[in-house]
Amino acid sequence: MKVKVLYFAGLREQLGKPGEELDVSPAVTTVAGLRTLLMGRGGAWQTALAQGRALRVAVNQEVAQPTTPVKPGDEVAFFPPVTGG
Amino acid sequence: MPVRVQTQDFDAGAEIAALRRGNPKIGAVASFIGICRDANDGDAVTKMTLEHYPGMTEKALENIISEAKRRWDVIEVLVVHRVGELRPTDQIVLVVVTGAHRGEAFAACEFIMDYLKTRAPFWKKEETPQGARWVEARASDDEAAQRWEPPESSAA
Repeated sequence: MKVKVLYFAGLREQLGKPGEELDVSPAVTTVAGLRTLLMGRGGAWQTALAQGRALRVAVNQEVAQPTTPVKPGDEVAFFPPVTGG
Repeated sequence: MPVRVQTQDFDAGAEIAALRRGNPKIGAVASFIGICRDANDGDAVTKMTLEHYPGMTEKALENIISEAKRRWDVIEVLVVHRVGELRPTDQIVLVVVTGAHRGEAFAACEFIMDYLKTRAPFWKKEETPQGARWVEARASDDEAAQRWEPPESSAA
């Protein structure tokens, strides 16, 4: 299943890339599943995406939760709590 | 267009004039301008870079405006937010709300800023003498946004 994954702000710097197109196993069905898969890369991925780190997620540009489904063609973004204004 | 994300500066007077031009129903204009300060958390700030999530930012701001219009009887809303490099004294964000009366315009303006601070995908990175750092989200901003949540439904 192909998904587009984006990383912003401090997270983008820690991971060293703004995003990527991924072909993930259909076994990944939720935001939490995708996060676990990415953490499995180890190193900065494991640290930056670890549970307990304050991270927000959006699916198709809408705020999402760990249980939010991820479907083929979705755009999933991981980012730190926002600080605009 | 009620939402703009741009690198260039804005002229609040011109924006307000354009927003209320020719509309005799408007009796009140409330506005807020956020400005880049020269210090944060005890350190001098020489420069700030604002990043955002193109696409989601506009949607999030439009959703916030829709919610404000649902809650208060206001006429027009404008949000302009700058991105890119900013320096102390530079303007960052403009919110303008017009309405028939001041109470609704004031409340909607404050609500929009509180929600923008906690829901719109912008991130600030500031340059200090100790180096560059990403600004941390503040609990006080979450608390400010929390004030607008509907009261908890009582068991009764």
